[in-house]
Amino acid sequence: MRVAIYPPNSLILSDLIERAGHEPVTIMKELSDRVRDAEIDSPPLNITPEDPSKGLKWASAEAPSGVRGRLAVFAPIYEGADAIVALKDGPMNFGCLGCARTNEFLLYLIHSSSIPHLILAYPTTEEEAVCVVQRIQSFLAEVASHD
Amino acid sequence: MIKIAQIACGTEYSGIQEEINKAARLVNAEIVYPDVSIDYIEETTEIMGFNVKSPGLQLMFARARALVEGLVEADAVFLASCFRCAEGSLLKNEVRRYLQKNSSIPVVMYSFTQTTKADELLTRMEALQTIAERKHLLARKKQEGLTMGIDSGSATTKCIIMQDNEVIGTGWHPTQTVALSANKAVDDALKESKVKMTDIEAIGTTGYGRHTLGKQYKAQLVQEELTVNSKGAVWTAGCQEGEATVIDIGGMDNKVITINNGIPDSFTMGGVCAGASGRFLEITANRVGASITELSDLSMNGNHKNVSMASYCIIFGIQDLVTELARGVSKEDIAAAACHSVAEQVYEQQLQEVDIREPIIQVGGTSLIKGLNRAFEEILRIKPVVPKHSQYIGAIGGALLSSAFIGEE
Repeated sequence: MRVAIYPPNSLILSDLIERAGHEPVTIMKELSDRVRDAEIDSPPLNITPEDPSKGLKWASAEAPSGVRGRLAVFAPIYEGADAIVALKDGPMNFGCLGCARTNEFLLYLIHSSSIPHLILAYPTTEEEAVCVVQRIQSFLAEVASHD
Repeated sequence: MIKIAQIACGTEYSGIQEEINKAARLVNAEIVYPDVSIDYIEETTEIMGFNVKSPGLQLMFARARALVEGLVEADAVFLASCFRCAEGSLLKNEVRRYLQKNSSIPVVMYSFTQTTKADELLTRMEALQTIAERKHLLARKKQEGLTMGIDSGSATTKCIIMQDNEVIGTGWHPTQTVALSANKAVDDALKESKVKMTDIEAIGTTGYGRHTLGKQYKAQLVQEELTVNSKGAVWTAGCQEGEATVIDIGGMDNKVITINNGIPDSFTMGGVCAGASGRFLEITANRVGASITELSDLSMNGNHKNVSMASYCIIFGIQDLVTELARGVSKEDIAAAACHSVAEQVYEQQLQEVDIREPIIQVGGTSLIKGLNRAFEEILRIKPVVPKHSQYIGAIGGALLSSAFIGEE
């Protein structure tokens, strides 16, 4: 299964998905695809000049261009996945998009998505961490069994 | 009196609440604020999953939910937040989508500044009032008898005479003095249709000069252009059943209206920048020494990608075009770039506020400029329908709707 994660650049979550035998859909891959795309003249600095306009699919022109540029890269990840695993309220070093507005909106997109999704709070104790890992694994197993 | 639910954040602290109330009073509507409890707001945030930091914005979603769930009643929704609030713009758009998906209440969105005045809101409030209160009138699909519609636009004045659901006379004049320009357009339409003014059974006026002309011609229908134009657009395009989107770029403003079975259910109106209006194309035509009709052909032979434009602004955008002309870029490329600029700005600033539904009907004077049709097709990847008489839709809507008043004083 292609499993999108939130934050989309979390190496811990990415590793967890991979260990469960699935393909993690991460921002690292999305950005590297852009760098390798033969149609893009020079490697972009995260996004291309067209991306903020592409972000208009999710946010109006009134939304800051940085939000729209981020959405152009991050939002499609959650639209093309088979399942989504999200950990909210994590510390900055767990995975960071650099913009609270984009974070709020992406969590809303995940929450209202028809794709099977699991949103959990970032664990703050070892017991909670164990519980989170178990819940993610059983969620993935359940979605995979339906597939 | 209809009830317009205000779902907004920041109006009272921007000093514009009284302007909103004033605009509502002018169209005989009452602004209401859906009442919800703190628990309900918290529950809504949990259910919707959009955990914005501003409680005022959380309240907006809760109020929308209360309307959808029927806990409060309203005939229309005025959805607004402060201009440039990032959270506000993101949430407002989602509230609009939520309302449109889960209810049939007409919605208009607005981003306000501290200088927002009642006059700017008036056409929007009037349209909400018309949609809510005169649905039976907007449901009319056929013109009957012999009627006239006059559209007093900012750039041109148009007159249409219709008989038994057919256009039999047209008149068109640049708007100078509202009354005189209308007289000329009316005379031309009467001449073409070979009928006398005394034979006309009902008249409808719309556009900026509608009130003046309504008095002058003792019109039975005096109505804002959002609802009238959309009616004319679906009639001319033969799209009275099902869904459609109307893009109406006029001389000095633009409107995008979504339609369901011939009745508008959401709309957005430009008015901040003239760069997305016919005026931009008119100035471009002057700069390349062509008429607006010639600009249409020029634009089809040019490529906008050959022109570097850094601004949509009617001053700085035109300045870019002049610089490119001086650099040796062809008139054809300049014409294509001007069309692309107008279409792109409408796409980025207006079309984001509605959910586009096919077919797209392109109307207004600018719909006759082929390069603009092509630019929309390129940007939207949908070929717009440009119906016959597309420049007359306001007058046609006036003639069509006024036929409901035949025999009435």
